[in-house]
Amino acid sequence: MSAAFELEVGQVVAERTYAISRDTLVRYAGASGDFNPIHYRDDIAASVGLPGVLAHGMLTMGFAVQPVVDWLDARGWVSDYQVRFTRPVVVDPVDGASVTVVAKVGAVDETGARIDLTVSVGEQTVLGKAQVRVTAF
Amino acid sequence: MTERDFPPVAPYLVGREKVREFARAVLATAPLHHDPEVARAAGFADVVAPPTFPIVVADATLTQLLAEPDAGIDFSRVVHGDQRFTYSRPVVAGDELTATLRVTSIKTLGGNSMITSETAMVDADGAHVVTSISTLVVRGEDA
Repeated sequence: MSAAFELEVGQVVAERTYAISRDTLVRYAGASGDFNPIHYRDDIAASVGLPGVLAHGMLTMGFAVQPVVDWLDARGWVSDYQVRFTRPVVVDPVDGASVTVVAKVGAVDETGARIDLTVSVGEQTVLGKAQVRVTAF
Repeated sequence: MTERDFPPVAPYLVGREKVREFARAVLATAPLHHDPEVARAAGFADVVAPPTFPIVVADATLTQLLAEPDAGIDFSRVVHGDQRFTYSRPVVAGDELTATLRVTSIKTLGGNSMITSETAMVDADGAHVVTSISTLVVRGEDA
């Protein structure tokens, strides 16, 4: 048990599926300033050998932590967050992409916990070593 | 290019509307990111930025890195390998953050280059707020 959050290792604290569309990518490009055209132009994505327009890695990293933020509410904050970008998220112009996040307790201690994220499209994970350190206020 | 420290970039003033805009873009709906009253009730001066917001602040240091005349980095060949944010405290609207880039490691592996850098961000008092740690993979000509 974690003194801060009363958690047990292996417990799933949040699970959510996000529907990502090309609109989502354009919005993220504008908000972040990352205007790499592989995130909105099919012709350029194809010319550099990609299977299609890709979601920004930082967009995927950005929303993948939100189920943890919502679960945490005002009890604590995210004090460390890391991911490895292992597989691109291809966003179809019509169907978009569906990305599922499962957040599970990886370790607990006196001041908080490590939450491990499994982020996947279909059967394939798209982030590796996705770990969120949450610290109690 | 070698491991080295870069000069600090111009301070970045974190604006409330920018935090809200970024929060919408990463599908962050928690009231703490949008409503100053909720943020104040939780003990913050203003809305709290989502965990990955510092990537916006670090953008100017990425520009510095890519502008290195001896770096030879072709941006169309750059892939984001991994990313980490290590915080001392949350970023809040009103913060004036000064970012300093340090290239900590350059490795060549199978024709690809891996550049690891740390961008440390301090507030107006010079206190550490967050460090963004990134590895960029630059694919070789044949990769």
